[in-house]
Amino acid sequence: MPVNLYPAARSNRASLRMLGPDGQPLARKYFAEKTGKDLDADDTVRGYEIGENKFVIVTDEEFERLAPEKTRDIDLKQFVPAGSIPPTYFERGYFLVPAAGSQKAYKLLAGTMEKSELAGIATFVMRGKEYLIAIFSDNGILRAETMRFADELRSPSEVGLPKKKAAPKAAVQKFEKIIANKSKKQFSPNKLQDKQTDSLLKLVKKKQSKRGNVVKVEDEMETDHKVIDLVQVLKKSLGGKK
Amino acid sequence: MAARAIWKGELKLGTNKVPVKLYSAVEDQTVRFHVLDDRAKKRVKQHMIDPDSGEEVPTEEIQRGYEIEPGRYVILTEEDLEKIEPPPSRDIEIAEFLPENTISQQWYERPYYVGPDGDTKAYFALVEALKNKEREAIAHWVMRKKYYAGVLRSVDDYLVLFTMRDAQEVILADELTKPAGAAPTQKELAMATQLVEMLEGEFDPKAYKDEYRERVMEFIEKKAKGRAPKLKPVKAKRQTAALDSVLAKSIEALRRKEKRAA
Repeated sequence: MPVNLYPAARSNRASLRMLGPDGQPLARKYFAEKTGKDLDADDTVRGYEIGENKFVIVTDEEFERLAPEKTRDIDLKQFVPAGSIPPTYFERGYFLVPAAGSQKAYKLLAGTMEKSELAGIATFVMRGKEYLIAIFSDNGILRAETMRFADELRSPSEVGLPKKKAAPKAAVQKFEKIIANKSKKQFSPNKLQDKQTDSLLKLVKKKQSKRGNVVKVEDEMETDHKVIDLVQVLKKSLGGKK
Repeated sequence: MAARAIWKGELKLGTNKVPVKLYSAVEDQTVRFHVLDDRAKKRVKQHMIDPDSGEEVPTEEIQRGYEIEPGRYVILTEEDLEKIEPPPSRDIEIAEFLPENTISQQWYERPYYVGPDGDTKAYFALVEALKNKEREAIAHWVMRKKYYAGVLRSVDDYLVLFTMRDAQEVILADELTKPAGAAPTQKELAMATQLVEMLEGEFDPKAYKDEYRERVMEFIEKKAKGRAPKLKPVKAKRQTAALDSVLAKSIEALRRKEKRAA
């Protein structure tokens, strides 16, 4: 079943750009320390450090060839109750969108998972990394959450947390009462609005009104970087339109 | 070996304060490579250049700007950025509680263990209360000059604090339209349900290994000894077949596997 992956989150709205003295956007560039010469991507290689300043080079070709044969295939291995995966595993969400010809299989899988309240566990390789994912059916749409592997999570004992102690009943009841009083049924997303970003944007708005604070650069490179509305792209793709 | 706490603070619940320490719950296992200069095989450095002239721009001349529209930037000075830094605080403020699993996985960013800092009684009482009530808490705190919004949960008898994505970043499935196309038939639904149920089990994270990472490490070790194995190109495979015949075949294959295992 061919599908396309789209990130389920927009990029950070508070990202700042590095500018030169005249306001021109700058680029990050590698250079050789000894000669001071700038290096293009072609002039660099990937090295794994095995000793001080001793590296094993892994070429792009080797890297590609090391990928498991099933590259790009999302291999569904198991289904588990959707609520049973510990939350510590989740890393990042993607929407799966049916590619041409796979709408039917897609709808079937989404419908079946929604009804049985199961999540699918799968592995796949993307951009030089293997991913463990959980696929959820969310309002008729399949959403993949990348997960950490078990050896990427520490256990409480590894961290050195103290052994569990029985808590005095009165103390537990006191907290239960607070919880009951402060409980809400519905989640309002604005509770998770990032204050940092809000204050940055407010500051930008304030400064924007003063002309001296704004720089304008004529740069033909900038004109082809359009702002992509991810939601519009997703809606279009889900609607089966090109 | 016990991990070092990355932060110390207090969980604030009404008038109650529970002193806690934060520890990273994640241990990154990514194989880290250095970028090397191909000719000298030495580590490279980075600097900022003006792409038009190719000239290096020294750090003290670099300004930071927020792009308000393509090509137009509002300059933000160091002082500006300092002004919006949050006042330092050691409090993790609990705003409200929700039924467990209310907030979808797509909000979750990074987990931190919250351990007791002295008062273990209050700590484990809170763990138990959250568990009994089956609640997760929305929390706000300031750490390393940044505001954080997150969720506090009880996981296996301990408290875990998750940082969450910014509300403006998360795209919810309700914002989208359901995929177009015909609905599956009853027969197909029944077969698919059967297939899914045959693959049903308990989530066992240890059953999954990052095989790619293992292969890369193994290759590096061999190459370090001067014996780089020959690697064959990966063949991409593609298959297309009618949906119900794929379903029928999958069910058949699973049955055979089960029989063999029995």
